[in-house]
Amino acid sequence: MTDQRSTKASRQLWGRPELYTSYGQNLRMLNTRPKQLAVVAMVLLAATYVPFGLPDEWLHLFATGLAAAIGAIGLNIVTGYAGQVSLGHAFFLAIGAYTASALSGEPGRRTIGFGITFLPVWLLAAGLVAGIAGVIVAPLATRLRGLYLAIVTLGLVFLGLHIFKEWKSLTGGPGVGRQGPVPELFGQRLDRSGDLLTGDQKMYLLTLVLLIIFAVFARNLVRSKVGRAFAAVRDRDIAADVIGVSVTRYKVLAFGISSFYAGCAGALLYAVLGRVEPDSFNLLLSIQFVAMVLIGGAGTISGSIMGALFITMLPRLTQELPTVLPFISSDVTAPLGAANLAIIFYGLMIILFLIFEPRGLFGIWIRVRNYFKAWPFSY
Amino acid sequence: MTTFLQAVAGGLGQGSVYALLALGFVIIYKSMRVVSFAQPAFMLAGALAVSFLAEPLLGIPSPWGFFLALVLGAIGVALLGLGIERTVIRPMVGKPVFVIAIITLGIDIVVRLVANIFIGLDVRPVGDPWGLSSITIGSVQVQERHIVMLVTTVLLVVVLFSFFKYSRLGLAMRAASFNQETALAQGISVGTVFATSWAMAGALAAVAGTFQATGAGIDQNLWIIALKALPAIILGGLDSLGGAVIGGFTVGLVESLVATYQGDFAPWLGQNFSVVSAYVVMLLVLLVRPYGLFGTKEVERV
Repeated sequence: MTDQRSTKASRQLWGRPELYTSYGQNLRMLNTRPKQLAVVAMVLLAATYVPFGLPDEWLHLFATGLAAAIGAIGLNIVTGYAGQVSLGHAFFLAIGAYTASALSGEPGRRTIGFGITFLPVWLLAAGLVAGIAGVIVAPLATRLRGLYLAIVTLGLVFLGLHIFKEWKSLTGGPGVGRQGPVPELFGQRLDRSGDLLTGDQKMYLLTLVLLIIFAVFARNLVRSKVGRAFAAVRDRDIAADVIGVSVTRYKVLAFGISSFYAGCAGALLYAVLGRVEPDSFNLLLSIQFVAMVLIGGAGTISGSIMGALFITMLPRLTQELPTVLPFISSDVTAPLGAANLAIIFYGLMIILFLIFEPRGLFGIWIRVRNYFKAWPFSY
Repeated sequence: MTTFLQAVAGGLGQGSVYALLALGFVIIYKSMRVVSFAQPAFMLAGALAVSFLAEPLLGIPSPWGFFLALVLGAIGVALLGLGIERTVIRPMVGKPVFVIAIITLGIDIVVRLVANIFIGLDVRPVGDPWGLSSITIGSVQVQERHIVMLVTTVLLVVVLFSFFKYSRLGLAMRAASFNQETALAQGISVGTVFATSWAMAGALAAVAGTFQATGAGIDQNLWIIALKALPAIILGGLDSLGGAVIGGFTVGLVESLVATYQGDFAPWLGQNFSVVSAYVVMLLVLLVRPYGLFGTKEVERV
């Protein structure tokens, strides 16, 4: 049976990308030839041209965006797939960042450190601690619905902010902060320039590899039984309960996985940025992640990545605006300066996307694709 | 005892600001089932408008000039709320509430940034006649501005509740919040209800913002106060007007009492614990009552 399916799946016709000859083929992760080719091409481009063809300043920005993308995928799992609105993502990012910093920090300094700099160890630990925190919070989520939940998770951010500001031996205190996680792999410092690659190139490649791993895992999760259960809980939880989906269990699972992603993302993000300050885990950070999910497209993995890159690039792109549009001042303090414009863009972008393209960047891509699929007939 | 009474007085004064903000949140929630995160921006805009209006009006003897500016500022922000509702929120009616809530977050970011550009980096005085001066009742020192806040809030609450109870529009709003479609069938213009609720929430936020700015003045961080109204509305239940007022005063009292006593009894909670104490109370209440103290329990229809 499996044999038959696989041979049928492989017999795919060129130029007939939507012609599925078996269920297995329809459900495959990259179910059409153009999709396979496009993904391979993009990964190749991202792994070869980008790290060696672009300046380090851009690579640093890309690495930040890719790390943020992991967090955005996490938020999308709980909000986009399982339908549980969370404004508390910053809290879980913080837990991950501090777990990793504490584990990899130098022992005997002003802030706690255990000197375990081996990257997989602190990355997993960051994810697990944040995931456990998510599971602890989740019982609240199973009792609350909709906006009650949103406000409670928002409260979590404020409580977290208070704890991190007060726990000075861990975080270094507000305004001072501490060193971020130390990324080291087999004795190699990944954030310092070596003989072959610069620090930014290494960090970029690291985040790229990890993002691919996390994205593939998430994609597989959401097209499995678990993913279908998430969608059932999101679309109509009572109906899901009736057909035998344990709503409580899947809500807790969604929170746990989402927080695991957030923890890993927080650790990586601050390994790239190099410094963690307790003040940075505020409501704005949570809103930025919500914006990534919504602008990218709720309920899509590729959308989360697009959204995360877009939001991370936005401040840098608005910095470029004064060279194109001379009436915009590059002065930071000016009323219509680049810094203010970046924030206004956030706001406007969220509003406009939700009104005109609720499916986000992913939806725009679908429209473009459908246009060409139907070409030359436009209807 | 004096310390306690003083803490209670301060808490009631501060609580009245939260109560006004919470009322705005609940009025919008009742009409559209959406928590509007734009309230912080309205609050900032209101205080800012008053601070600009109070300067030219200072010719009129002091408290009256301030109150005139307050009324004009509240009307201005009400109009701003109307405009935003008509242009940004109305096209979204019928979409998932979470989407609308996030749109209000976007509105908040934009409006607040524009307000910040006008505020600049300095602290702007709001033109109030009281400052930080206080009077002594018995042995208890009470700030004058807290008394004014409390009296104004009680007055506004009475006006608001009688509006909902006795006026035609108030009745229409209650009907629409009960069941939109039936209200529509009875000839109630639901659009007008939406518009009115946004205007009212804007005006209330403007008054709250101005009162919060009395004494210390306006700076760019004033808006954070509005987020303290969130535990207040959750405590009271999202769809209960009375709950909002009680929740607001509770949050004010809890904060003030924690600020007074926590240093002696539980110093390990850290400085400034009072700032987040409201959220702790909110979490505890929700564990017991998931729809707040006075909120209506959602009925599930299969």
